[in-house]
Order: sequence, then C-alpha cells, then structure tokens
Amino acid sequence: MTNNPHISVQNLSVEIGNQQILKDISINIPNKKVVSIIGPSGCGKTTLLKSLNRLLDDTAEIKVTGKVFVDGENIYDPNAEVTHIRKKMGLLSQRPYPLPMSIYDNIAYGPRIHGTRKKVVLDEIVETQLKATGLWNEVKDRLNAPATRLSIGQQQRLCLARGLAVEPEIILGDESTSALDPVSTSIIEDLFIKLKEKYTIVLVTHILRQARRVSDYIIFVYMGKIIEFGPTEEILLDPKQELTREYVKGYIS
Amino acid sequence: MIRRKLEENFFRTLMILATILVTGSFFLIVGTILYRGVPFMTWDMISKIPGGGFYIGKEGGVLNAIIGSLYVAGGATVLGLFISIPVAIYINMYLGGRIWLANGLRIAFDVLFGIPSIVYGAFGFLIMVYFGIRASLLGGIVAVTLLVIPILVRTLDEVIRTVPKELGDATLSLGATRWETAKVVIRQIRPGVFTAILLSFGRAIGDVASVLFTAGFSDNIPTSLHQPAATLPLAIFFQLGSPVAEVQGRAYASALILTIIVLIITILSSILAKRFSKNNSR
Repeated sequence: MTNNPHISVQNLSVEIGNQQILKDISINIPNKKVVSIIGPSGCGKTTLLKSLNRLLDDTAEIKVTGKVFVDGENIYDPNAEVTHIRKKMGLLSQRPYPLPMSIYDNIAYGPRIHGTRKKVVLDEIVETQLKATGLWNEVKDRLNAPATRLSIGQQQRLCLARGLAVEPEIILGDESTSALDPVSTSIIEDLFIKLKEKYTIVLVTHILRQARRVSDYIIFVYMGKIIEFGPTEEILLDPKQELTREYVKGYIS
Repeated sequence: MIRRKLEENFFRTLMILATILVTGSFFLIVGTILYRGVPFMTWDMISKIPGGGFYIGKEGGVLNAIIGSLYVAGGATVLGLFISIPVAIYINMYLGGRIWLANGLRIAFDVLFGIPSIVYGAFGFLIMVYFGIRASLLGGIVAVTLLVIPILVRTLDEVIRTVPKELGDATLSLGATRWETAKVVIRQIRPGVFTAILLSFGRAIGDVASVLFTAGFSDNIPTSLHQPAATLPLAIFFQLGSPVAEVQGRAYASALILTIIVLIITILSSILAKRFSKNNSR
C-alpha cells in the first residue's frame, strides 16, 4: 500500500506558541484512495490536514519542521511555489463558504485566476464540474444567482465543484459533512467514493460510520501522534494498538 | 426574592430613562432645527450663493457652502478610502502571524481616532505652509482626509475581521495569491464599506475645526482645487455669530440642510449595503 504514495509526510512536527500540536508525524498516503484521519477533538487531525497544503503558514507563532512530499516535491522547501502546491489540492471545509458571487463565478473563479479567460472553456468547466457534483440539474437555470441562495448541502457541493474546477489531484476534507443534514451528508459521501477513481482523498472526520463507509485506510491520531495507520476494516474491527481499540469502541473521545 | 425583583425593576427603569433621554434629546435637536430653520428655508437658500458678503447678509443662499461641504467631505472620503482599504487589508491579511504588529497598528489608529479635529486642522495647515498652499479646497480635503482615515481604517478593520477565515482558506486552496484573496474579501465586505463611508462622510461634513484654517471661506463656489471653499459648518458658525435675528435664522436653515444631507447619505448607504450583502457568505 505504500509503494505508490501520493503524499509522503516525513518527521513532521508542528508547534504553535509553546504547544506541540503534531509530534514527528511520518506517513505515506497512497494514490487514488480515500484516507480518513480520525481521533478525538484537539488531537491535531485538522492541523495535520492543513499542513498538507500549507494553510498553516499564516498562523501566529507557528513552527513547522519536517518534510511533506507531494508528487516527490517537498512543499516545505523554501523555494516551493505555494500557489502551485495549493492548486493541486482542493479543500472542503467544515461549512460551505461560497465566494460572494454567482454560482457560475464561484466555479469559474479558480480557472480564471489561473489564466482561463475564454467564455466557451469556462462554460464547459462549469457544466462539467456541476455535473460531477450532481448539481447541474438543480442549478442550470439559475447560474447567475448568488451562490448563497442555495441550500447548505448544495453550497457544499458547489464548494467541491469549485475545488475540482482547478483540476487538483488531491481532495482534502475537513469534517466536510458536519454542518449538513443526513441526505446531503450521504450525497457528499457518495461523491467521495465516486471521486476516488480520479483523486487522492484525505478526510478528517469524527464520525466512525463515515470513515467506515468511504475510506480505504484510516489514520488514528491521538495527542499529536499517529497511533495507528491501516486498512479501514483492520483499524475499526481489529486494531493492533490498545488506544485505537479504546477509541473505536467509544471509551476515549 | 423581593430584593431581586426590586433590583430587576430598578435597572429596567434606569435603562428606559436613559433611552428616553437619548431619543428625547435627538427629537429636541431635530425639533429645534426645524422650528427655527424652516421659516428661513427658502428655495434661494439652496440655489443661490450669498448676496451680501460673508454669510452676514440676508440675501441669497448658502449654495457655496453646500457645494463646498460636499466637495470637501466627498473628496476626503474618496481619498481616505483609497488609503484606508489597503491599510486595513494589509493589517489583516499580509501580516501573517505577526499579531503584535497588527495590534500595535490598531492602537496607533485608535489614538489618531481620538485626536481632536483642531489638531488635524493645525497639522494640515502646517503641511500647506510647507508646500506653500493657501487656504483652499485642496487644503481642506487634505486636512479632512487625515481626520477620516482613522475612522475608515478602524471601521474597515472591524468589518474585515468579521469575514470568516475559511473564506480566505477557500481561495488560497484554489491557488489564489494573497492579493487575489484580498479582492474576494473586499467583495465580501462591500456592505461594510458603505457603513464606513457613511461614518466618514458624516464626520467630515460636520467638522468645523479641521477646515477652519485649511479650506478658508468664500462666497463663491470653488471652480478649482486651489480656490478657497466655504463649508456648511463654518457658514453656520458665522451666521450664528451675527446679531441680526434673520441671519441667525439662516444659520438654523443651514443646519437643517446639513442634517438633511447626512440623512440622505445615511439612507443611501444603508440601501447600498443591503443590496451588496445578498451575495455574501456568512
């Protein structure tokens, strides 16, 4: 499973202020699989996720050491181009945050900043990505309406489509269904399963059911350390570590 | 039990009284202006320049001061925005983790906010002397711009801080640069920008001390930046100083005009703020 890693984290440590958030994390994330990061609140799951596309850069008093290789390129190399790194990874946050513009412009935003200007090309990207996220039939008649008019579930799919429009290789999900109703949640989960044919997907989740449904592998993080990493079934049903067992059984949370 | 109930009633009464006091004085002020100003409110007041020298006369109107005030307050607000938006964006989006620096700058702007406008007037005057500029529309705009920048920066700063951090994360994750992200943030804060414009314009158009030495005064409507410009607050000041009752009445009419202008700006900016908030993500 590690012979073809898409993302390779090596000895990553993150300190904020005097607090050590992540301690010496090393992990290989396989290509075109869904990997869930689980663990109790405050264990560093989100920090780990955000360290993968350098979204932590602007955090106050932060110190990041170690390396993260994406496609063999160390993204923490001082010469690395951060916009180029981030473009490779779509982020889906806890709640949808549509840009203050129309549905169409939300999706066209990414391609536009990267230089796509032709209306025909943009039209096609918008249609393709809205279809990929199952929104096309719901919104095709009101592409110029403000994105905020959509329901929260639709907004989250729009945000996913917006991320896909810049042709990333990786999708990062930070508890992406936590604000959604059960129907929207299962739509998003189904999308993740469908999208893994083309993308490597890393999800932070605190819902074990979700981790079980969508992921191929699970990383269990506890107090800033990776306790266990393995195939979903193994982690959830037959974990090797005592801590993992206690967590998946609900003794620690 | 009784003590708690008494306490509850006591403080509620206190709150009601304070609210009555505030709204009461608002209506008293507006009432006074209307009562004393309306009789002198003629079409001439807003359509003609003064007839008999330096506001003292009874003839003509205060069109020169209306236009002068709109020029000064409008010019200062526009100029102030061009300076304040970059400052507010820089403090919030470019300092990264250097929170101490951002907070230091905020304190500096708070101090500037608290400085009396006469100091800005004096400072503006010094700048003008240095550059050899005489009391003029330009001088007035510069002094008032200095006055409104702290208001604009602090208002915009507060507005930008209400923008969810995740919105910025979203554009950055798409590979946007900071500036591209800032442009989205500016779109998001457009309603707040109108609030800032309102606060700034209101302060600018009502301030006397900053324009006293810098804008000068004139019976004519300025046709270039280098001509002196009359302003409504100064017109009110001069007219009120007159011993003639009729001229004093014209001061109240001028105050009425000033109040109406502020009212129009208030309504306009809240309509625009509402219009531009429909696209926002919350």
